Amino acid sequence: MVASRTDSSNPARIPALGVRLIVLLFASIVLMVFDHRQDHLGAVRQAIGAAVYPLQVIVDAPFRLWEWVRDGTADRNELQLELSRLQAERLLTNARLQRMTALEAENARLRDLLEARAQVRDEVRVAEIMAVDANPYRHNIVIDIGEREGAYDGQAIVDVAGVIGQIIETGLTTSQAMLISDPSHSLPVEVNRNGLRTIANGTGEFGRLVLPFVTNNADIRSGDLLVTSGLGGAFPAGYPVAVVDTVNRIPQEPFADVTATPAAALDQVREVMLIWSSAEPGDEKPGDEKPGDEEPDDE
Amino acid sequence: MSRAGHSGRLPVILTIIVSLMLMVMPLPEWAMPFRPDWVALTLIYWAMMLPRTWSVGTAWMIGIVLDVAQGTILGQHALALCFIVFITVRFHLLMRVFPMQQLTATVFAILALYQFILFWINGVAGVDAPLVSYWGPVITGTLFWPVVTLLLSGVRLRAQHGR
Repeated sequence: MVASRTDSSNPARIPALGVRLIVLLFASIVLMVFDHRQDHLGAVRQAIGAAVYPLQVIVDAPFRLWEWVRDGTADRNELQLELSRLQAERLLTNARLQRMTALEAENARLRDLLEARAQVRDEVRVAEIMAVDANPYRHNIVIDIGEREGAYDGQAIVDVAGVIGQIIETGLTTSQAMLISDPSHSLPVEVNRNGLRTIANGTGEFGRLVLPFVTNNADIRSGDLLVTSGLGGAFPAGYPVAVVDTVNRIPQEPFADVTATPAAALDQVREVMLIWSSAEPGDEKPGDEKPGDEEPDDE
Repeated sequence: MSRAGHSGRLPVILTIIVSLMLMVMPLPEWAMPFRPDWVALTLIYWAMMLPRTWSVGTAWMIGIVLDVAQGTILGQHALALCFIVFITVRFHLLMRVFPMQQLTATVFAILALYQFILFWINGVAGVDAPLVSYWGPVITGTLFWPVVTLLLSGVRLRAQHGR
């Protein structure tokens, strides 16, 4: 009975509904074609994204508040434990760091000998993950660093354990990034042990990557560490990506069935690091020309 | 005329904003494929009850915002929402007199159509997705529909009396 007096005195027809529908459907199709085929709509997305940003902040606020409260009320004992753990870790890291400086110096000397360009140190900045994509079949995240801070499309994102993904869209103060586990993500990698180059594709599962183009006779085994090769241009070389999980060689098939587990816990991180790589894409380490020829018998 | 004027629009806009927030809210990974289409449910309700004020134009704009928020192809959700809201507006008189079970069944069909349009566009654009991620929102959306109508009719009655 309430429904009958909602808003219409003569409710049988809404004027020009069909016309409006057709115009809007046409508009969406044009938009989709423009968005999918060419990348002309970045500015539009950015403008609307800026309008949506407060919503994301509000949605995120309770989670932040909860974290803040939890940190604030962590009891003394726990803090003490954490403190001693961190101190132990710092000692360990310091010890490693000492070796690291020595190694770096040695590395620089060797590079000089090889007359290679000294590898410039990458600049790093910490970003926080603001939101995880609502779309379950896309592994995208939103981080709180945008164009204003100098983020750019294709920029590499890592966490403490390894590569996480890359930026696919920059907004003014936030950016969207695609994780390496996204089904449409591919990443040029190499086996750390012998320099074997290949591609790692995402699968849509956080804990699994596949290496579809490893030949049956390639020297790769489970436990091998995969690092970025830097050949794609987007990622700086040498960051750990994943550990080879299973290698399944199928006779009569040209490629082996290889899966790997990402080094970074893709679904558990909260803070990530953006890398401003100063090394130019394309200049690779010399001696990387024929991998797998002489090195495998080194170990 | 007891049409919803400017003062009656604010509550509706607020409910739409809340539904958008529910769509971008982070969920645990296992729950992701089962997030109901809050925006679609809200728009269906308002298109059914106030079709003169809230119809395809609103749906289109909200769809564009949703596309940006979810990082999908610009226009995908806009097209799908526009289409289901058109159907709702077209049959709003019929839907208003449906008993709850029948209305829920209708909403199930509308949500299935909505996901089918998204699926179709994804297919044309070459975006891969497991089939369960399309059915999850349809089922949970249908289950949540009675709750949504209850909440939104509360909002509607309050807005109409409060003027």
